[in-house]
Amino acid sequence: MTVHVSITLNGEKVSAEVETRTLLVEMVREHFGKTGTHVGCDTSQCGACVVHVDGVSIKSCTMLAVQAQDTEVLTIEGVASDGKLHPMQEAFREHHGLQCGFCTPGMIMSALELVRHNPDPGEREIREWLEGNLCRCTGYQNIVRAIHAGAKAMRR
Amino acid sequence: MYEFNYHRPASLKEARTILAGASDARIVAGGMTLLPAMKFRLARPSDLVDLAHVGELRGIREKGDQLEIGAMMRHAEIAGGELVRSRIAALADLAQGIGDPQVRNRGTLGGSVANSDPAADYPAAVLALDAVIRTDRRDIPAADFFTGMFETALAPAEILTSVVFRQPKRAAYAKFPNPASRYAVVGVMVAEHADAVRVAVTGAGPRAFRAPQLEQALSRNFSPASLDGLHIDADDFNSDMHATAEYRAHLVLVMARRAVAAASA
Ligand SMILES: Cc1cc2nc3c(=O)[nH]c(=O)nc-3n(C[C@H](O)[C@H](O)[C@H](O)COP(=O)(O)OP(=O)(O)OC[C@H]3O[C@@H](n4cnc5c(N)ncnc54)[C@H](O)[C@@H]3O)c2cc1C
Ligand code: FES
Ligand code: FES
Repeated sequence: MTVHVSITLNGEKVSAEVETRTLLVEMVREHFGKTGTHVGCDTSQCGACVVHVDGVSIKSCTMLAVQAQDTEVLTIEGVASDGKLHPMQEAFREHHGLQCGFCTPGMIMSALELVRHNPDPGEREIREWLEGNLCRCTGYQNIVRAIHAGAKAMRR
Repeated sequence: MYEFNYHRPASLKEARTILAGASDARIVAGGMTLLPAMKFRLARPSDLVDLAHVGELRGIREKGDQLEIGAMMRHAEIAGGELVRSRIAALADLAQGIGDPQVRNRGTLGGSVANSDPAADYPAAVLALDAVIRTDRRDIPAADFFTGMFETALAPAEILTSVVFRQPKRAAYAKFPNPASRYAVVGVMVAEHADAVRVAVTGAGPRAFRAPQLEQALSRNFSPASLDGLHIDADDFNSDMHATAEYRAHLVLVMARRAVAAASA
């Protein structure tokens, strides 16, 4: 069964014919070419696929494309503006919050929701919030630092 | 994932009609359990009925000493809701401890309770808070609801609509989480009601259950020390790479003590 799915993707109205079994991450990557959102597992645990749907962070590997009908989806590609990195992206660059970078888009999308809940999160809160984001490279230390700095920059 | 037909009913009535008309339809709520199972081809529904747009399944209502929570309320909404936090803080804490933020943003109370995963958190609250499970056709008391591993009293196509929790005098939930998923290796909720103490255990056995022995000890004296010297039988407990049955039996008492201490604090 195929369905017609329309979403607002990073502020732009787009639509595609997809199968009902198409995952949101597959539609975003394969139909709309936004390959910044990654797939790192098949158990809904790694968080490489985190995007925002109507302002809330979700794992796009565990949501059907058809379930996103008429929603606003924000991926990592929609975070920077006017060719300038978002302060959270800049903080990851500045504080070496990444090595291979595979987990980074999910980390940043997750961090952005944390900052929405609490503009000044402490280390413990950041670490707890990252429960659903796995990184095989960094050991998290610099990711936590980057999010702390990114949140601070966003308050300015 | 195998192919399926997708439905998005806007009312309970419409959902019932679709469920009745399809050969092997499944409800999808938050999808955090069902979609991974479908990806692994462990589930093959002919039709998926998405409850996300059924307004009747949402909301949190207070009636006397009861708190009724709609089946489609997400874990994050229960963890962050003012009403739940002020009336049954233990339930908000339990919801806050589920999985991770993204799981909590999608997963629902109804999906978790209907699934009866032996390691899920909510079943402990359902039993400890004398809940009533409401469906589109009847009310089911907590004691009759969880019938086995991934098995409940729900009939095929029966829709869980809300869970009515009883507000306790005091309660707390303590769990030993699996470090990777946060599912309960063992989780214990203790609740002191006006007329009884309840101790409910999840993670240890094939389904969540009450521990009458601990309830009796705590009814005499609601303190961690009341549990000293008690023995939990590990006979039909789960044993896996995370914990042996004996270790789980040990954890039941440790978590129960912690929960009593937290409820008393
Ligand atoms: C990485 C990860 C970590 C997790 N950690 C935890 C944890 O720490 N603790 C915990 O308790 N859980 C955990 N979960 C499970 C999570 O809480 C799920 O959200 C929950 O078990 C199922 O809820 P759902 O709304 O996603 O249901 P779905 O996956 O949509 O459905 C689950 C089952 O229930 C049925 N169903 C759903 N709603 C209804 C209804 N209203 N009436 C009748 N049947 C219905 C469906 O048909 C399906 O069979 C975790 C999941 C993941 C992916
Ligand atoms: S790809 Fe791993 S959680 Fe989505
Ligand atoms: S930087 Fe490589 S997985 Fe995180």
